[in-house]
Amino acid sequence: MATTPGMTVPVLPARRHGGWAAILRQAASLPRGRFGLGVLGLVVAVAVVGPFVAPHSATASIVAPFASPSRQAILGGDLLGRDALSRVLNGGWVLLAMAAAATALGVTVGTASGIAAGYLQGRSDGIIMRTVDVILAFPQLVFALLLVSILGPTVWLTILAVGLSHAPQVARVMRSATLDVSERDFVKATELLGVKRRRIMAEEILPNLVSPLMVEIGLRLTYSIVIIAGLSFLGFGQPPPSPNWGIMINENRQGLVLNPWAVVVPAILIALLTIGASTFTDAVARVTIGIDREAEAGALPALVAGEDP
Amino acid sequence: MTPPGDVKVDVQGLRIVLAGGSADVVDGVSFQVRSGELLGLVGESGSGKTTVALALLGHVRRGLEVAAGRVLVGGNDMVKASEQQLQRLRGAEVVYIPQDPASALNPALRVGTQLKEVLQTHRQVAAAKRLGDPKARLQQTLEEVGLGTIPRLLKAYPHQLSGGQQQRVALAMAFAPRPSVIVLDEPTTALDVTTQRHVLDTVRRLCSAYGVAAVYISHDLAVVGSLASTLTVMYAGKVIESGTTAAVFGRPAHPYTRRLLRAIPSPERSEVLEGIEGQPPHPTRRPRGCDFAPRCPLAVPACSDGPIPLISLPGGHLVRCIRTELTTGPDVRDPLEISARPEDRDTQLRVSGLSARYGTTEVLSDVTLTVGRDQCVALVGESGSGKTTLARCVVGLHASWSGQVQFRGQDLPPSAQQRRPQVLQAIQYIFQNPYTALNPRKTIGQIIEKPLHHFYPSLSRAERDERVTSVLSDVALGPDFWSRYPDQLSGGERQRVAIARALVVSPDLLVCDEITSALDVSVQATIVELLRHLQAERHLSLLFITHNLALVRSIAQTVAVLSLGKVVESGPVKRVFERPENPYTVRLMEDVPKVVRGEQQSRLPAPDPGPR
Amino acid sequence: MSLNTAFASDVAPPRPRAAEPHPVIRLVVQRVALGVLTLGVVSVIIFAATVALPGNAATAILGHSATPAQLHALEVQLHLNRSVFDQYGSWIGGILTGHPGKSLANGMPVWSIVGPAALNSAVLVALSGVIASIVGVTLGAVAALRKDSLFDHASSVLALAVTSLPEFVVAITLIILFATVVWHVLPAVSLLAPGTYAWANPRELILPVATLVVVTVPYIIRMTRAAMVEALASDYVEMARLKGLPVRRVVVVHALPNAVAPVVQVLGLTFLYLAGGIVVVEFVFAFPGIGQSLVNAVTNRDVPVIQMIVLLLAGFYVLVNIMTDVVALLATPRRRLPR
Repeated sequence: MATTPGMTVPVLPARRHGGWAAILRQAASLPRGRFGLGVLGLVVAVAVVGPFVAPHSATASIVAPFASPSRQAILGGDLLGRDALSRVLNGGWVLLAMAAAATALGVTVGTASGIAAGYLQGRSDGIIMRTVDVILAFPQLVFALLLVSILGPTVWLTILAVGLSHAPQVARVMRSATLDVSERDFVKATELLGVKRRRIMAEEILPNLVSPLMVEIGLRLTYSIVIIAGLSFLGFGQPPPSPNWGIMINENRQGLVLNPWAVVVPAILIALLTIGASTFTDAVARVTIGIDREAEAGALPALVAGEDP
Repeated sequence: MTPPGDVKVDVQGLRIVLAGGSADVVDGVSFQVRSGELLGLVGESGSGKTTVALALLGHVRRGLEVAAGRVLVGGNDMVKASEQQLQRLRGAEVVYIPQDPASALNPALRVGTQLKEVLQTHRQVAAAKRLGDPKARLQQTLEEVGLGTIPRLLKAYPHQLSGGQQQRVALAMAFAPRPSVIVLDEPTTALDVTTQRHVLDTVRRLCSAYGVAAVYISHDLAVVGSLASTLTVMYAGKVIESGTTAAVFGRPAHPYTRRLLRAIPSPERSEVLEGIEGQPPHPTRRPRGCDFAPRCPLAVPACSDGPIPLISLPGGHLVRCIRTELTTGPDVRDPLEISARPEDRDTQLRVSGLSARYGTTEVLSDVTLTVGRDQCVALVGESGSGKTTLARCVVGLHASWSGQVQFRGQDLPPSAQQRRPQVLQAIQYIFQNPYTALNPRKTIGQIIEKPLHHFYPSLSRAERDERVTSVLSDVALGPDFWSRYPDQLSGGERQRVAIARALVVSPDLLVCDEITSALDVSVQATIVELLRHLQAERHLSLLFITHNLALVRSIAQTVAVLSLGKVVESGPVKRVFERPENPYTVRLMEDVPKVVRGEQQSRLPAPDPGPR
Repeated sequence: MSLNTAFASDVAPPRPRAAEPHPVIRLVVQRVALGVLTLGVVSVIIFAATVALPGNAATAILGHSATPAQLHALEVQLHLNRSVFDQYGSWIGGILTGHPGKSLANGMPVWSIVGPAALNSAVLVALSGVIASIVGVTLGAVAALRKDSLFDHASSVLALAVTSLPEFVVAITLIILFATVVWHVLPAVSLLAPGTYAWANPRELILPVATLVVVTVPYIIRMTRAAMVEALASDYVEMARLKGLPVRRVVVVHALPNAVAPVVQVLGLTFLYLAGGIVVVEFVFAFPGIGQSLVNAVTNRDVPVIQMIVLLLAGFYVLVNIMTDVVALLATPRRRLPR
């Protein structure tokens, strides 16, 4: 029974399945996405390019402690008379690098365990989720503090501690998304072929978790920044005299009345970082909610809202 | 039959568009309903019928707005009414019975609360109409819908009731205020045949007892035909045919209506089903001229020139078509030659003494059936009968069963993971929901190719591609489907892809689990016919699970009837349908709604001049 | 066949299953058991972590210049010469009987340090949590009811911007605004000595509470709004409108109860978050709470104090989780009552 000749079947535009690239592109086209990306880009630029354009060294004292801004030190001096501007320009990239690394670690471990728990279920699920519960019994910061108190604050340990503290939350989210996906018929269809379960998780399930995954990455990155900056602020980051926005805020607090810029500028930069990251993540979340809702409705995606499918 | 009363519903030229634009969802819709009458509003997906139904309550969904026309209910203009006026009218003068009672009832509130609040809100209107004590009226209504004897019903929460009970609560909510107009939006879609029959009987009885003007929206012509005295058929947002039920069924004038009737299976005859290829046009892509012309076998160039007017045929029969001289007279289908075959020829699948469990509950007991080569065995039953579980046990998706399943003489282990590749390849499964059966992140080509890749890893790329193209054309999909993604396809197309995926590895047995339940009638017909052809061409065995009894006659040779996990009757289709032996089967056959072609007697009883 | 018997097969009166325990009780028992188990594992982890310290506690106290004899004497005093299991047993036993040991930093009983601090932090958390909940839920609900209005958009954008700011940034901002640079109305640093109680000088509570409220309110607003919007867009709310019910009833009686469960989860998460957030906030304001104590203890490697505080926090977490689950269950009849 062939198609009636001359009949045109309207082809709907391929707009929703480019995967993560398409989602990012769509998110970047929303106003809040543009804003978030812009702000984020600005701060990242400062952090990355900063070390190369800093007028002075970040560790040499050149003015009086908490000196007011002058031509020599545009943002004034910090508590030891070092150029606040140079320290700011040098103090970002370590934070970003650590946050990125911790996020990558946490998301990878969390996603793998979450998918395994959600798909394999049974005993694996039980073990993974109980471990999740235990780690989640600590506030993230406290968990990191605990590890730091034992083994001392090194960069790698901090990354490990923060990353591991992300993993359970990511695992929870990915597990719940996996439970959803693995009930769908196309996964069962692949099981009926006799394909090994590991391949099913990687090839059938994972590609369908792009939406929640991207949102989680955004959220985790934001929290990583907050926690790592917080650890530095508390004095558990890099040892002095390294410049670090978190450290700067804490160590220059006492001179707040004399030269607020040494505190305000790094604070603003961290704030912009988190605002940018969370705004862009929100844009991504909006895009993916729209996608998921249409896919769930199970109807012709282009049907107008309210029309019965 | 007493003459119908005043006009209670008067829709004139209703046009509803996508907000802020001109793409119409509903256009030029007009009809009237008198008290004591029941109008059937019929259409498939995208016809706009639910939008019209909601407009009768003065409600448009988000993203839509009324561009023109009037909707008069009991003399009130629902489009121009203020929020306050609408509030007064809804739930008192005009009521709505939703399609899915489970989602229309608030899960956080008790049933009693939800029933009483309607009466409480409209007590002044009720007093003006001298309807008497609301409590007594509620009790009376509950008895009328058959909920009177359920203890503690009012204290229950919706999730504690069955689907049928929930729908009857919705009926009680609707009839208790003694409205003049009732809008029923496919209220029996989610119900079993038997429950559906009871609900329809209740609706019919109460409508005539209280002289209500009713509008019944449905895609199921058989159901509507048994209730309605007049029918209005909608397509692409327009009324394309309307008239008495007898006229529309007996002498369908619009080519779409004729094709639709040809697509509906009948439980009384084995007939070839004919579907309608293609899809209705999207609101933003309506063609010039007739909306149905691109799919119409009778279309001529004049059909696409400009809007088609409604033409009057004798007897108040209206049709929106300029080719009606070709469509007079009843439409007869070809009877299907589905000969009964000897039972044990070349048995492919033999199930003996199968019992299955979900946790501690037994869902199947001692089931026995066989499927031979070239044979289609239908498995029918209502929800909870275990038919889907049986299909899953056969194929290995459900592993807690005992008994024997033999394929070509070999015993099969319970779980698919324990079965050999040859078996997995030879038995293929097609799922019910085409919207979840395909991986949304893969192209059609990749989806169909996967089983090929798995079972024949040594095939060259060219050979694989060739097989995929070939199977795509077998299911009537062109090679341009290769690189599309599932969300670009319609439900029918997706189901074809699922069939192609199953066929590409040349299986011997196809297990079809309610594969057309999620599809429109016209699409269902094309899929079923496709399957029939493929079965004959490839000498497949088919295990066809369905709750649609009528469909069975158009595809199967043998049928097994399941009830509560047991096979209550089985045998050749003709015998079981025409001379059922088991009382359960007898009742099932009686309850199936049927479309009677030719002259149809309206089954509405004479309105009861009772207490009003 | 009368009408009622015709539906006999369909009739399933809601009968309470007497054999099975009530779902709420079952959930509470389950969760408590799980909680105790979790705490047990947590305590082992805490203990194991501290045992893994390179160099033991004695070295940490006496320094590297101590003679072996001095080290040995201190080890005996601190029971460090016994087996690991023994140490764990005595530690746990001590905690359960109310004697969690002595601080390594100043020799005082751990509880005398942690006790008042815990109380102060409890006040801080309770105040912040309650204020944030009330403000957040109200604003979120209003935003949902006035969806797409200027109020909605403005509050959305503001919430989004503030929601991810680190607490110390907010704290510094508030200090700059109200305590040092712009205005001088509130104390920047608490002058309370460790061991005194928070309500002795309420003015010192204002900025810390304000900081915590600012940090947690946006999330509550957004989640409440989302829950309300979803409830308002549901089929049963549409049905309620189609029944001609007045708007107020639709919102309050139909939509609101269905938003309770997700909102309760959010409030629970907020309290959990506060338990961690107080660390930084107390540090900034030198507030004599458990967070401050923790930071000091970590700086001094004061193991018994660290152990106690982390255990307390874990216990708080488990408790809040149980309560959240129970309240959410009570708010969802579908899960509360068996079919």
